[in-house]
Amino acid sequence: MSARRIFAGPARLAAIAPYAWMVLFFLVPFGFVLKISLSQTAIAQPPYVPVFDVTEGWASIKAAFGQLSLDNFRLLVSDDLYISSYLRSVLVAVISTAILLLIGYPVAYGMARLPKRWQPIAMMLVIVPFWTSFLIRIYAWINILQHDGLLNKVLLALHIVSKPVVWLSTDTAMYIGIVYSYLPFMILPLYATLAKMDGSLLEAAGDLGASPARAFWLVTFPLSLPGVAAGVLLCFIPIVGEFVIPDLLAGSGSMMIGQTLWLEFFTNKDWPVASAAAVALLLLLIPPLLLYDRLQRRTLAGGG
Amino acid sequence: MGRRVNQMSRFNITALALGLAFLYLPIVILILYSFNASRLVTVWGGWSLRWYHEFFNDRAMLDAAWMSLRVAAVSATVATLLGTLAAIGLARGERFKGRSLFSSMLYAPLVMPEVISGLSLLLLFVALNAERGFWTVTIAHTTLTMCFVTVVVQSRLASLDRSLEEAAMDLGCDPVKAFLSVTLPLIVPAIVAGWMLAFTLSLDDVVIASFTTGPGSATLPIRIYSEVRLGVKPEINAICTMVIALIAVVIVIASFASKLSSSQGKSAAPL
Amino acid sequence: MTEESPDIETPKADVAAEPATPEPPAEAIAASAPQVEPAGEPPLLRIEGVGKSFGNFRAVDRLSLDIRAGEFFALLGPSGCGKTTLLRMLAGFETPDEGRILLGGNDIAQVPPHLRPVNMMFQNYALFPHLSVRDNIAFGLKRAGMARAEIATRVAEMVSLVRLEGMEKRKPDQLSGGQKQRVALARSLARRPQVLLLDEPLAALDKKLRESTQHELMELQRRLGMTFIIVTHDQEEAMTVANRIGVMNAGRLEQVATPRDLYEAPHSRWIAEFIGDVNLFEGDAGWRQGNRLTVAIKDGDTITVGEPRQPVTKTAVCVAIRPEKVKLSRRGPVSDAANTHAINRLEGVVSDVGYLGGLTVYKVKLDSGIVVRSSMANTARLNMDGYLVGQRVVAWFTPDDCMVLEQ
Repeated sequence: MSARRIFAGPARLAAIAPYAWMVLFFLVPFGFVLKISLSQTAIAQPPYVPVFDVTEGWASIKAAFGQLSLDNFRLLVSDDLYISSYLRSVLVAVISTAILLLIGYPVAYGMARLPKRWQPIAMMLVIVPFWTSFLIRIYAWINILQHDGLLNKVLLALHIVSKPVVWLSTDTAMYIGIVYSYLPFMILPLYATLAKMDGSLLEAAGDLGASPARAFWLVTFPLSLPGVAAGVLLCFIPIVGEFVIPDLLAGSGSMMIGQTLWLEFFTNKDWPVASAAAVALLLLLIPPLLLYDRLQRRTLAGGG
Repeated sequence: MGRRVNQMSRFNITALALGLAFLYLPIVILILYSFNASRLVTVWGGWSLRWYHEFFNDRAMLDAAWMSLRVAAVSATVATLLGTLAAIGLARGERFKGRSLFSSMLYAPLVMPEVISGLSLLLLFVALNAERGFWTVTIAHTTLTMCFVTVVVQSRLASLDRSLEEAAMDLGCDPVKAFLSVTLPLIVPAIVAGWMLAFTLSLDDVVIASFTTGPGSATLPIRIYSEVRLGVKPEINAICTMVIALIAVVIVIASFASKLSSSQGKSAAPL
Repeated sequence: MTEESPDIETPKADVAAEPATPEPPAEAIAASAPQVEPAGEPPLLRIEGVGKSFGNFRAVDRLSLDIRAGEFFALLGPSGCGKTTLLRMLAGFETPDEGRILLGGNDIAQVPPHLRPVNMMFQNYALFPHLSVRDNIAFGLKRAGMARAEIATRVAEMVSLVRLEGMEKRKPDQLSGGQKQRVALARSLARRPQVLLLDEPLAALDKKLRESTQHELMELQRRLGMTFIIVTHDQEEAMTVANRIGVMNAGRLEQVATPRDLYEAPHSRWIAEFIGDVNLFEGDAGWRQGNRLTVAIKDGDTITVGEPRQPVTKTAVCVAIRPEKVKLSRRGPVSDAANTHAINRLEGVVSDVGYLGGLTVYKVKLDSGIVVRSSMANTARLNMDGYLVGQRVVAWFTPDDCMVLEQ
């Protein structure tokens, strides 16, 4: 261990700057979110009270603490708007993740079964769209899904439908957008575990009398579960808080929590309620985040 | 090899082909329509560069594009520096106090909904009384993208044979020199990949930028977003095509550079 | 670190008194009479009570060992015995929890690896993939601040030493396994370390290449007169290359001896079983007659053995005999007046015949139920008078070929 210990000293020194950065710009801001979620809305700049003013000393801070309240959270649990957007977020995330898994798994499996020299190319093909802008990809779908867009044209030409179908501003469009945007995040971890799998395991299963389908269910699938977990978490967590895709593709009838937060913040200028919504969203995401954190640490630290 | 090909069922090939078509078709259509002469985005009116012209005469769009490029370049560079240092700390620092907090802080932003990151950073900037604009967006993007850099570089460091560093020490290098003369050249491809990733993520972001920017300093995605909300415009197709082209050029240059710097040729997979 | 290792005129620093082992050698075998170095000459490397634990696991347990300049010393042991940890402590990659490591009289136990006049050849070679063969070899010389021209000369010298002329510009991934091994060797020799440490240096090579490389290593070591310490789990390799072997088990040195002594005069039952193949008979030491000791083995048989140098103190003993020293015949040895009574004869039935090419190994099930192995060299191609399974035979061996070990 001690050769490693010789390295550990300078390596820890290297970590000081990023550590300080993350504490200041990632950890501390959550404190502000929490604090403001307990504050009152005010027509002021910034639009909330109390405002901590460190220059006025400890007494003012103590006084400010007295003004904090749980009112915003009471609003969140009593107003249907928030509850329904909360539930809708979870529902959308669950359905999208399920669709992603159903599409992503066969693709990843197909990639892992490709001849070795084709695999890097297939992987590049999956990654490249991820490099192109996410907003652009959503926009590309608007092109296709709009009233006189390509999809309706094709459907009309093939006489599958007799008049243009409304695609945009529907949940279908939103699901297409989400699945499209998050597909690489599902495929890559799945591919990583499936590609590592020893092909002789399947041969052994076959040799022991399992049909290919049974061999898949009894051997391949259980062994790919870590990849499934990674892919699911990598998709589920950000989808719950997704804003841009539902905003651009879904109808205005019901909102996801991210949209509600955005609306409160930018349109209603109600920062305390927006913060409370953020805290609520974060609370919802803590279990999957912890799971993800553990998984990530195992895969990254395990290599060393 | 041949046996493997035989194992490829028709199902596998179909799944793969459909998946890839799903990924690429929308982009191809978007690029195609950016060269459409017709104002109606869905009617093909022949080839034209009209919408590119339009963009280069659109002052506001150009400003936003310039702002985005500057933010992306600065934040990607700072993020690469910080992310690489963080990766070194995690991959070589062994166990230290606060390590798990550190790694959690670095992994969480990868999946954290952007509305939360954006809102929390804004509240920080407000509390600090910082003037919102170029620097606040840059700091916000640095915070998000350095985590991606960390993951890319850390996984390369973790897969690197530790005995190479030991050999360097055995041959007279102190730890820092061993790192600089052996480890660093070997992780350059990952660092380059990390920079590229950070650059494109920054160029892509709407949500965090919307929260952290100030009046009069919109980024390109913010502009595109507000245009898109109003419907499809051929000019947006042209802008998107150029962004795609820019990213493609960055990727090509960067992968070329990483090949040159590392004779190994085994460039780390981006993410 | 340009300091050169002291010149050794005759690099046959042989076995001397063993300070490391708990007891002096039991028997001295005439053929390898210890050749003590001039008295007063301190050992080049002295390991004193060195211990190292990883958590609860005691990897190296208060181990002491002296290694003289010019020796080719092998650390041999099963995996997990601590041999690699010991080597890594010598290189500086691990710091001992206790004890001292004296190199030329200076304690280097706490000195970091880059400041030690010791170099290591890594098991996987650890060649820098981004550097050419030349730059790999020059790597350590540059750190030592050597002049450019001098580096060029030294690299050329090393390249010719390991016969890699023409390969200088290649990168490691353009080399074969054997070539990589040579580059690793050249790189670790280039700084002319006082001690060269080799961690399983030949494990990655195939059998044929390994054997020829073993001889090249010995040749090189003899020519350079350098001190080599090799870690290996392959006893044949250790016996081939080393002039002295330290056998490790569970963090301790079981025995330090020449290859021959290890094989013919093991200190313990563990060593006897670890090194080579052996037949073991448990029994009780019985009466003495002249220089013969009679041991009553479990099932009524007795075995007469040569009186060990080291007097047996306990009655429960173990008689060990190597299979090649057990002879088979249909009726037992032709009686030879004086000696007949002293020759051990055990009767039984051949239960298994294993033909190995150069040797044939017979298993003989004695009437008492014990199985004895006998290996016989196939010295003639057309000699078909082997023994068949089921055949009744006499297994016999002389008292002097037996080793008595305490249980």
